[in-house]
Amino acid sequence: MEHSIPTRMGDGALVFLTPSEIEAAIRDGVAAAVKRAKVEPLTEDEIAHLLDIFSSRSRFSAVDIGDEVTLSYDGCGSQDMGTRVNDLQYYEQYLCADSVELYHQNYSFKPAKAVLGLEQTTMRQAQYLITAPCGYGAMPDLGLYTVPDGPLANWSQLLPLGKVAEARAAQEEAVELAVEDIFHVAASMAEAGADFIDLDTAGAAGDADFLAALKAIARIRARFPDLGIQIGMASEFVLGMHGELEYDGVRLAGLWPREQMKLAARAGVTIFGPAINVNTGKTVAWNVARTIAIVKQCCEESTVPVHLNGGMGVGGVPMHVLPPGDAVSRASRAAVDVLRLDGL
Amino acid sequence: MQITRGMRLKQAKEYVAGKLGVSLMDLSDPVVMLDVRKERGLGSSSEAGEILYVDDPVGLEAKFHIAELLDIPVNSVERFKAMTRGRG
Repeated sequence: MEHSIPTRMGDGALVFLTPSEIEAAIRDGVAAAVKRAKVEPLTEDEIAHLLDIFSSRSRFSAVDIGDEVTLSYDGCGSQDMGTRVNDLQYYEQYLCADSVELYHQNYSFKPAKAVLGLEQTTMRQAQYLITAPCGYGAMPDLGLYTVPDGPLANWSQLLPLGKVAEARAAQEEAVELAVEDIFHVAASMAEAGADFIDLDTAGAAGDADFLAALKAIARIRARFPDLGIQIGMASEFVLGMHGELEYDGVRLAGLWPREQMKLAARAGVTIFGPAINVNTGKTVAWNVARTIAIVKQCCEESTVPVHLNGGMGVGGVPMHVLPPGDAVSRASRAAVDVLRLDGL
Repeated sequence: MQITRGMRLKQAKEYVAGKLGVSLMDLSDPVVMLDVRKERGLGSSSEAGEILYVDDPVGLEAKFHIAELLDIPVNSVERFKAMTRGRG
């Protein structure tokens, strides 16, 4: 009789499965990726490696010595002890972050604009103390431009009413407002010494949100040829809230990581971060297998470094506010081993 | 190398190892790299003055050495140079 192995569900719950059950979950996760994202399945060797990782009873799992990758972080620190500069120091000195990111609590470019003087001053102070690359991050967050938070009609209210043309027009207007704000904040933070700009959770409001990010990146790149620009996606698939928007002749709705990466690289990013959603009703092994299958071709073909988003609810990491270390380390190791990632 | 040059990890490790004169395995070996970092003024954990001393570069000071060693433009370093350039 097979022995049971402690492992995790996508919501973080501890469950006990046999190796056969874990293997079945891995194969099912790969099949789900092939069906949904139209990608190639993992090889038998890759599936065997995932089974080896998830069949271990150890608390922690790690890559081989010499296979370490860089670790970047969106929004460093909890902002509830010391100062925001202290947060960056903690991440550099105690968590060994390879890059650190200053952020405003609201974490969107639009509200950051209103406190830009404070953000610039804090960035300037941080740069004197931090050795690691120190950047500034926020979300495009297109929803903030609609009522009641902004000046434009709310497409989430218009679409259920069948007002498709009005909803599209509002999104197109929001793109232009967001691009202005993102560029203004990014340029101001670069002038204050930021080593890179991170557009995080890009595409959260759909294809218009992703378009705003891409257009802003192109403007930032044109103005600052040597500045680092990182993009982290909101989810695995660009939602077609507008449906007809294009960047450089490519329709954005429905894009998966491989195509997202190509457009982001063309716009001017130096690091691309795909985000693959977690299914909380499936095991972590299932989610990791699905994540890796979806991202594999993106990693193989990328012309820029790929930092897979690994955190609460993405990249195979359980959707829990305190993701268990056993699950996080397995998800991270598996992704690095199979995908040959540039970072996490 | 990833942030300013968009260089993928394998090439970045080879580039940095070449500039430092160390092996790829050395890059993630804290025993080897502490000496390398101190010799070249690249910064490290400070640990209450027990690892880095007062005459070891830290923060932006170390970043100057990193930018020079790797021959890359680092925005914060370039800004500091601009701000401290002679006036009048």
